[in-house]
Amino acid sequence: MPTIEVNGKTIEVDEEGYLVNLSDWSEEVADFLAKEEKVEMTPNHWEVVNFLREYYNEYQIAPAIRVLTKAIAKKLGPDKGNNKYLYELFPYGPAKQACKIAGLPKPTGCI
Amino acid sequence: MSDEIEMEEGGGVVKKFMFLNRKAPYGTIYALEGLEVVLISAAFEQDVCMAFVDDGVYQLMKDVDTSGIEMKNFSKTYRALEGYDIEKLYVERESMELRGLTEDDFIVDVTVLSSAELAALMAEQDVVISH
Amino acid sequence: MLHIVNKSPTERNSLDSCLRLATDGSAVLLIEDAVYAATRGNPGSTKLQAAMGRLKFYALEPDLKARGVAARVMDGVTLVDYGGFVDLVAEHRNCQSWL
Repeated sequence: MPTIEVNGKTIEVDEEGYLVNLSDWSEEVADFLAKEEKVEMTPNHWEVVNFLREYYNEYQIAPAIRVLTKAIAKKLGPDKGNNKYLYELFPYGPAKQACKIAGLPKPTGCI
Repeated sequence: MSDEIEMEEGGGVVKKFMFLNRKAPYGTIYALEGLEVVLISAAFEQDVCMAFVDDGVYQLMKDVDTSGIEMKNFSKTYRALEGYDIEKLYVERESMELRGLTEDDFIVDVTVLSSAELAALMAEQDVVISH
Repeated sequence: MLHIVNKSPTERNSLDSCLRLATDGSAVLLIEDAVYAATRGNPGSTKLQAAMGRLKFYALEPDLKARGVAARVMDGVTLVDYGGFVDLVAEHRNCQSWL
């Protein structure tokens, strides 16, 4: 099993870099994972990452992109709940990148 | 979750799908796998409903705590179905009552149907997928 | 609609659920361990008998033979081979497998 090293702590990840244990997540780990994804974290990025963590905590799954977009629109408004905004923040896919940074497991049914 | 696949608007034929659940949740993998299939199917924008029959009604129990068996509590995931536009959840009354349950025991709102009503609904589906 | 049952009626409730949720005029195909239901003396045969007026019953002959019960098949059940199985699936607009 591959690992990453954050602040002297060794953390297990899967072959694609997703955390194996959600409980290993911290903001420092998120920063580390974001750097690997070449994403510079801004408050807008954190807003999405935190939203995903809350969603996961409530439903125990990472949402499909369509569902994420809709749910963000409902909570944060249509300016943020749209594909363009989310892809600007996470160019390689809000589902893949934001979930990974949020420490969620590999998304359910990632096609 | 699919970043890559965006279904074309209004392109395909919409069929009626029923996912029929007949197994209890944590003893075997059927219920979890079945639920994942349903969530994935939502991406294809079909007319999807779920039916809970026999021990499948136990999938909907609330107050579930799986911490002692080291399994994910996917009971919470049934509450995400609404966000996936899967809002038609049917429970067969006979299965529910045989197990001493009522609608109040479930984690989501459901429509309780008689066996005859559910039978008729099943017969009118284009596709029935059973786990 | 075609209903397919593959579990023994004395081990599982699949046949009961099928009979309860099959609309009148539906076809029921018994395969694998469900073929025991179509044999005389098995408790399943009583249930089939009771539903015979409203449902059409089929059983897969190779499965009956493999279990040594081909000679015990009750009246009113039509035996089919694999080709007949395919025909049944093709003839009906949808089907449900009671796993």
